[in-house]
Amino acid sequence: MKIDEVPQDTARTYGGTKKLLYAVDENGEYTGVNSAGWEVETYATMAAVEQLNLSRADAYERAKAGKTSPLEFHVLNHRMDLDTVSAATGLWKFRVRRHFRPDVFAKLPDSILQRYASVLHMNIGALRQLPDTLPAPISS
Amino acid sequence: MTLLEPAPATAIDDQKLFQHRQSAHCESGVVSNLLTHHGVAMSEPMAFGLSSSLTFAYLPFLKMAGMPMIAYRMMPGSIIRGVEKRLKMKWERRQFSNPAEGKAALDRKIDEGRPVGLQTCVYWLPYFPEDMRFHFNMHNLVAFAREGDEYIISDPVFEDVRRCDSASLEKARFAKGELEAKGMMYEPTQIPSEIDYAEAIPKAIRWNSKTMKAPVPIAGIKGIRFLGQNIRKLAKSNQRDKFLPLYLGHIVRMQEEIGTGGGGFRFIYASFLQESSKLLNSAVLREAATAMTDAGDEWRRFALHATKMCRGRAKMDADELDAIINRCADKEQYAWKVMEAV
Repeated sequence: MKIDEVPQDTARTYGGTKKLLYAVDENGEYTGVNSAGWEVETYATMAAVEQLNLSRADAYERAKAGKTSPLEFHVLNHRMDLDTVSAATGLWKFRVRRHFRPDVFAKLPDSILQRYASVLHMNIGALRQLPDTLPAPISS
Repeated sequence: MTLLEPAPATAIDDQKLFQHRQSAHCESGVVSNLLTHHGVAMSEPMAFGLSSSLTFAYLPFLKMAGMPMIAYRMMPGSIIRGVEKRLKMKWERRQFSNPAEGKAALDRKIDEGRPVGLQTCVYWLPYFPEDMRFHFNMHNLVAFAREGDEYIISDPVFEDVRRCDSASLEKARFAKGELEAKGMMYEPTQIPSEIDYAEAIPKAIRWNSKTMKAPVPIAGIKGIRFLGQNIRKLAKSNQRDKFLPLYLGHIVRMQEEIGTGGGGFRFIYASFLQESSKLLNSAVLREAATAMTDAGDEWRRFALHATKMCRGRAKMDADELDAIINRCADKEQYAWKVMEAV
């Protein structure tokens, strides 16, 4: 990649920052060059972020309709999934999946809830409930 | 989002305490910046190359957001370890079972004027752009000062020094999960006063060449070709319409988004080869650098074409993508062949 080929497609995913790429000048010498973004990469990142936001909104609706527990929403709301929350809590995936069932979740003891709460940095009270409206993404 | 703004100048003279230098990748950035701080001037590509960190691996059994892991560099932590081995130095590493203890140890180091590397989870770092905050537990940064409740952070993937409140930093350091940091804090000790590049560089290259020529189907140059086949196979299956575009997007992210310096670390490595060619006055390494740049350019071409197809701006043509990937493999094969003479 030559210096003038370093893309400068200002990317919203960079939040106004620039990253460093390595490119060659006209003599073929390498140097670090700032890039404001590359459309190709932005598309890939946004596709992934949209996917996360979709599943989060979907879980919210399902939790609201009583088809899943608030836990699933809180997990997805923190950009976690079954794999990451299972690894973080040390609970097996099949147990986490069971805890996504509203009837099972309602009866969970505080000791189990606390494991989720500490990983998500929430208190147990908030974990039990679903917010009244879908909050904006990443509300830590 | 005020937190994204660079740290304003304060009573703390940032430059004197620690020289922040932006890098493409977090780990090679932290390693080279810390070594430079301790008097061994080192570029990011040199840290990356000396630790033999270039690779390719297609790991279907390691899932990332439901997608197979595609790695263009060795496992996180390998740059820290690799530099240790190649430079015959040591890192003092500490992990903590108790976050309060971890914070106290960090504060002590900072108050002694010793910048330390920290392993963190990106998701909990508030200064990261929202769209980049994912649960990735192996992000490296340097903490070198504190002021009130805030730490002054040299996060190598950013242009300027950042600030992070202590509660967030603690969440990031003690995030649980796969490859969790457990508060990992490290700094270099026993640094050699001089580095014998004539010995270290050829060794590092030969070691790296072994990983690229590994006789397993899913790693190295064979692994690159395997990825091409895999795309072709998916295009013939019923996953063509839904999964394939997401999968291609995932490959592009692994290759470009995750601090690779462009072209899946190939440009960083080419830069290392070029710097080495000057240090050792080697025409072979100079040629290898050019060959590796060609490979990086081909990977960029792949990202461009794959994305066009995902967006429907070009017809989905898995054979073409497979052909580009095979060209990447050919070019890398050639570069490593050139390096056999090192």
